[in-house]
Amino acid sequence: MIKGIKKFLDRNIFGLFKRKKQIKLGLYGPPNSGKTSLANRICQDWLGEEMGTVSKIPHETRNIVTKEKVVVKSKGKEIMFNLVDTPGIATKIDYEDFLKFKMSDKEARSRAKEATKGVIESIKWLDNMDCVLVVLDSTVNPYSQVNITIIGNLAARDIPVMIVANKSDLKKSDIKQIESAFPQYPVIGISAEKGHGIEEFYNKLYKLVK
Amino acid sequence: MITLQYIPHYEIKNLDTESKIKKILKHVKDDRIILIDCKLAPLEEGLLIERTMEEVDRKFKGIEIASIIPDKKNMQFLDIFKRDLAKILLGKDDGVTIIGPASIIKEIKKNPNKIELLTKIRR
Repeated sequence: MIKGIKKFLDRNIFGLFKRKKQIKLGLYGPPNSGKTSLANRICQDWLGEEMGTVSKIPHETRNIVTKEKVVVKSKGKEIMFNLVDTPGIATKIDYEDFLKFKMSDKEARSRAKEATKGVIESIKWLDNMDCVLVVLDSTVNPYSQVNITIIGNLAARDIPVMIVANKSDLKKSDIKQIESAFPQYPVIGISAEKGHGIEEFYNKLYKLVK
Repeated sequence: MITLQYIPHYEIKNLDTESKIKKILKHVKDDRIILIDCKLAPLEEGLLIERTMEEVDRKFKGIEIASIIPDKKNMQFLDIFKRDLAKILLGKDDGVTIIGPASIIKEIKKNPNKIELLTKIRR
């Protein structure tokens, strides 16, 4: 309750005096949707450096990774972000899934353990975000409970959301399906890896946070 | 054998979030698929994922969950009225939730009005 009042005052009253401060922008989504690829794309575009490692093995990002003072320019205006890349949120983690990627039993168990902690950390960090990009793999059915839970939690916290339909360059990509699954949110189709749609992405991001 | 446990909404509606989640996880860790005739709130679902991750170990791999709520767009006015009336009189939320252990449920395929549950065959 007190936390809620503080948040309300922060956003609406004190927020007026703190405009132009750095905006904490979180990247959320299920594992392997391309959150770190997008974080890398943003950091490459505006800082000339990468933010994290990308892998085909799920749960590559197992800790919160932040990059401060990322200045994004769109149509002559600039916004400063603190970018927060989060571990993918999942409801199940089976160490045996990692064995398929030729990991040793010990490595797989350790990765699974770290991944569970990462999921918990991601959810806890929701309270710290000013704005969130929900990154979804546009080749995968969007009606998963994880996606619905993430977006529901953001709505319950009154955090502005944009859905990034990633991997738009792939044949199976279906951005329309994501739009119809979450009609109340802005959706932008991009390929973080190839850079498709990235200009439009920055324009929409600017509109979201202004 | 797969056990499907039905939990009516009145059995959990007066529980606080932690107790609700504890009850759900107890059933799931006993290898039961549970069917709750209401939808959990988003914050409850978030906490359910957190608590599930805390419990993951060699035996318990996590959960599969899906909830479904009726699509208002395809409902007649009278149906919406009846539904809202039931909501007021019974204090019952819309929708159903299915939760089961990931060791039994391979995948839950969900479309707006349909849930398909694929189980793992144990030999």
